[in-house]
Amino acid sequence: MIHPATGRFRPGDAVRVLNEHRPGHIRTPFYIRGKTGWIERVYGDFLNPESLAFGGDGLPRRTLYLVAFKQGDVWGAAQAPTDKLFVDIYDHWLEPASYGGQRDEHIR
Amino acid sequence: MSTSGDDHDHEHPRNELSAQAKRIYAIRDLLLEKGVISEKDIQDQIEYQEARSPANGAKLVARAWVDPAFKARLIADPKAACAELGIDATALNEFVVLENTKKVRHMVVCTLCSCYPRPILGRPPDWYKSFNYRQRSVNDPRGVMREFGLVLPDDVEVRVHDSTADMRYLVLPLRPKGTGGLSEVELARLVTRDSMIGVMDALPKLPET
Repeated sequence: MIHPATGRFRPGDAVRVLNEHRPGHIRTPFYIRGKTGWIERVYGDFLNPESLAFGGDGLPRRTLYLVAFKQGDVWGAAQAPTDKLFVDIYDHWLEPASYGGQRDEHIR
Repeated sequence: MSTSGDDHDHEHPRNELSAQAKRIYAIRDLLLEKGVISEKDIQDQIEYQEARSPANGAKLVARAWVDPAFKARLIADPKAACAELGIDATALNEFVVLENTKKVRHMVVCTLCSCYPRPILGRPPDWYKSFNYRQRSVNDPRGVMREFGLVLPDDVEVRVHDSTADMRYLVLPLRPKGTGGLSEVELARLVTRDSMIGVMDALPKLPET
């Protein structure tokens, strides 16, 4: 069940994924850590899976975002310039960033 | 399994259960023995899992192709749109429909495990859960699509969605050209499972029967 978003970011905000290595049930893939993109959509607040996976109550809820990345920013210049990668990432795995690259118009 | 000097290239007979299968059966037997679940619970669950199939997704897509208002509702509130067609998506995590266009193709993966919109598409194919797909779909989606037979021109944008968390994704493929004469039921037959994962387009014409 989605609860209204209480997180720090809005659509279009540039964000960087934290490059942290924590043990546990982490839903942030390794390949995207340290990469910079922007908030595409704000999905809302969800119970925290890092807590739920170990029998916790999942509280406090975390805001989940659809975060957009240019493929070239993730994997290098060999990628097709238009192509993008979208990853669902929770608020506590993101920090504000400045995005130097060109940002395409949003999906919606 | 032997670990020394057994690097021959013939296959061993595969009638031995894997360690994982043995563990599953042991857990099942314990759950039954302790009365946590019954044989009937297991059978009901198998039937429930088997009853869900890509036909659900194909129904949604075909309706969206013939009814623009339904398509708008499907994108705005996918679960409500499922209910309209009698598809039970209540067990589904939150659910997002990604609409392909002439200039954009979407492709879905779960690099962390095998998250998949099961009430809409049934059980994921084995390749969806393979390390190969999970690795290459994110950094070489065009290569993966090529292997499925879809070659995209450079001016088509590829958007890969890694469903890492609470959202499940369904790709709404493009309606193939020249299908104006087909009924909604016939259109649904063009909508393959793989086209709703996004590794290929819908079939261009009805399969031979």
